[in-house]
Parts: sequence; C-alpha cells; structure tokens
Amino acid sequence: MTVKITIDGQEVNARAGDNIVDVAAQNGVYIPTLCYTRGKPCLGTCRTCSVKVNGSVMAACTIPVREGMEIDVNGDEITDMRKALVELLFAEGNHNCPSCEKSGRCELQATGYEVKMMVSRFPYRFTPHPVDHASRSIWLERDRCIFCQRCVDFVRDKETNQKIFSINGRGTYARIEIDVELANKMPADQVREAAELCPVGCIIDKTQGYDVPIGKRKFEVKSIRERALGGGHR
Amino acid sequence: MSQETVTEIFSHELPATQWDPKKKAIEEAKIQVAMIGFCGCWGCHLSFLDMDENILGLLEKVTITRSSFTDLKRIPHHCTIGFIEGGIANDENIEVLEHYRENCDILISVGACAVWGGTPAMRNVVPLEECLREAYVDSVTAVSGAKKTIPYHEDIPKITNKVLPCHEVVKMDYFIPGCPPDGQAIYKVLDDLVNGREVDLPTEMNRYD
Ligand code: SF4
Ligand code: SF4
Ligand code: SF4
Repeated sequence: MTVKITIDGQEVNARAGDNIVDVAAQNGVYIPTLCYTRGKPCLGTCRTCSVKVNGSVMAACTIPVREGMEIDVNGDEITDMRKALVELLFAEGNHNCPSCEKSGRCELQATGYEVKMMVSRFPYRFTPHPVDHASRSIWLERDRCIFCQRCVDFVRDKETNQKIFSINGRGTYARIEIDVELANKMPADQVREAAELCPVGCIIDKTQGYDVPIGKRKFEVKSIRERALGGGHR
Repeated sequence: MSQETVTEIFSHELPATQWDPKKKAIEEAKIQVAMIGFCGCWGCHLSFLDMDENILGLLEKVTITRSSFTDLKRIPHHCTIGFIEGGIANDENIEVLEHYRENCDILISVGACAVWGGTPAMRNVVPLEECLREAYVDSVTAVSGAKKTIPYHEDIPKITNKVLPCHEVVKMDYFIPGCPPDGQAIYKVLDDLVNGREVDLPTEMNRYD
C-alpha cells in the first residue's frame, strides 16, 4: 500500500511500513545512522537518525511511515540535535583517529564529517577502557565502542546461534565483552565481517592493520552520504 | 649560582637589526597573525607551510608576528588572529594561552591537539604520577647508573593532571580538526577570515586524522 508523507515540506509517496531512513534515502534525503544498516533489523540504539515526526523527536530507523506523516529532517533544531548526539559519542569514548586502524572506513568518523563536527561541545571525558586481546583473532579496543549493539545481535556462533558479544553493566559502567571460547571458533571470514560490521574501530581483526593508503580509504572514495543514498547495502 | 646573582635578560631586549621603516609600515598595515605551538609536535605549523604557493597570496594580506618562523618571542602589539597548535599541558601553557586571548581578536584551535588534546592526551587515562614515573624512574631507556628522579625545579613548568583542549582554558573562536589538518584546510579558514567571509570548512576538507 502506498502512503503520502512529507519530508521537509516535500510531498512523497512511500510504501507503508518502510522505515523513515529508507524512505528518505529513496527520495534523496540523507539521514545519518550508526546502528541501523539497510537490510538488517533496526536496533534503535544510537539515535543518530533522530528526526521530528509530526513535531516529536523520534529515531527515524524505528518508525514505519504512515499516511500523512510530516517529517522534519533538515530543520535547524533537529540538525543540531543530531550533531550533538555525534559529539557526545566523541566526548564519551577516546577517539584518537590518527592512531586508529578504522580511520577512513569508520562510520562514526564519516558521520562526524557529515554533521559538520569540528569539536565536541561536551567535555571530553578521557575515561580509561581496558582493551581485551584475549581472543585469537579479535582485538577489542573498548575506547571506541559506541554501544550500537550490532555485534551483539548480528554476530552469532555458527553452530549454536549463541551470542559472541555482549554488553556488561549499565550506564557509565557498560562495557562490551567478548566470549573468547566462541570467538576462537569464528572462521576468518566471520571475523572480517564482524570487524566490518562494527561501525567504529572497536572490533579489530588482528590480521588486518593499516592496509589502505590515505586518500583511497572507503569513505574517501565514496562518502557515507553517497553510500546511504546510493541504495543497496552500504 | 645563588638566586640573587641571576640576571634575567629577555631575547627582545637584546640588540637586533632595525627594520627598514618603509617595510615596517607596510607590514604593520597588514592583518596581524600570531602563532604558537603548545603541547603538540609542530606538525600543524608544518602543515601551514604546506599550503604551498597560496602562502604568497596570503602574505600579501597578513603579516606573522610572534611565531616559531619569525623567532619573535613576544606578541609585539594587538593581533587580529591567533593560530594555536597543541593542547594545554602545563602552567606555562595556560599563562601563554591567556596572553594570546588577551592580545588576539580571534583564536583558532588548529589540529587535534588544540581541539581536544590529541595524541598527547593519550596520557589522560593514566594518573600523572604514573606517567612521570614511567618516563623518568622506570624508563627502559634510562641511563644506567644515573640517579632516578622526576625533575622538579621552580623554573620547570608544572605539568597539568590532564592535557586540556584549548577551549577548556579560554574561549576559542574556530576549530580546524585533523592531525595535522591539510594545508589547504588551514588556508581555507585563514582565507575566509582575512576576506571577511563567514568561516566554512567544507565537509570534504574536514578530517580527524
Ligand atoms: S573509531 Fe572512528 S572515530 Fe573513533 S578513533 Fe577510530 S576512526 Fe576515529
Ligand atoms: S563493539 Fe562495535 S559493533 Fe559492538 S556495540 Fe561496540 S561499536 Fe557496536
Ligand atoms: S594535531 Fe597532530 S600534527 Fe598537529 S600538533 Fe598535534 S600531533 Fe602534531
């Protein structure tokens, strides 16, 4: 069934049930996301896709479109709110991009550029987060985790479907954990996929370092905005 | 040498070649820029030079006063722009940054170190004492047989507990991220400023590494 909605005042037709992020992208409007990735179930954890729906702030990836919805994506206030959410992530973790293997292919970094972040308006916290290198092929660089839960939900043991990653503790005590026994059973391509799935440089494939020269890295070749608007999987 | 016999001579009090008055008048009519590197690596200053031939056009409009390039160690008079590299890591940095704030209309945090602490801020997750102990007492490269001590003297600036972003010490007006920012990004911001345009670093020029 087709429904009519407006995005930033522009009337568009959409398939009922599609989420706002996808519908906006189909109509050339970019909404940044850090946990949601097209083709996978929505997680709704990062809130970076916040928009106003009929005046209320909501995470666009969690909302299926309905007839008559008025969606404000690029209004000044909501644009600044999304920017603030990204700035919070940079203030909360320790993100030293020049020493990060993910730099240039990191979705958080690329999103920082898209929301025009120059500096975080929040005080940088510099909380120590111990790294975990116990598993054979994965290096967990906790400084960079944004708790999107992609790894928790989508990376599972091939045999038992058990979760390999989990979040332990809540609030400021939350930390990402890895089940070393299960992680050691992961085949090499699953390790690579997990590292790629992590939007930041927290899940690092120990066999992969700085292998692409500056200027040729993923989001330098094609920006995250272009990839989001281009359709298909990112 | 006892305290009383120490005579302080500042570099600006030493005899120096006088400027040609005509040349001096030309330079003084330009937009005055002062530059400084705090806790950084001078990479951002080098990146400033990396703007290549653009620097020639820029120097038609601006003159650089205090900086490591000119070797002027004081801000000679009020400046329009202060170019700040590096984070704030000791009490002398704080004092000098405040001096820049008082003497410049516009201050720019240039590079990751000035913007948020950058690489030197990697020490922020370790207590200061542990850092100093590692560097001076338990250092693997310590000279064998030398007395192991953490240097302390009233003339040595006191290290802050954490490396601070400049804007946590004084108000900063603009930020150019990057380690270092690209020379063209630095040029873009300075060019906007000297031509009275609103500063706008385009998304494709912004980077954090
Ligand atoms: S995870 Fe991304 S934002 Fe964080 S340090 Fe690495 S490249 Fe930078
Ligand atoms: S490790 Fe990566 S994928 Fe997992 S929650 Fe943290 S940021 Fe998300
Ligand atoms: S930002 Fe990078 S290049 Fe600039 S001073 Fe700091 S470490 Fe050096």
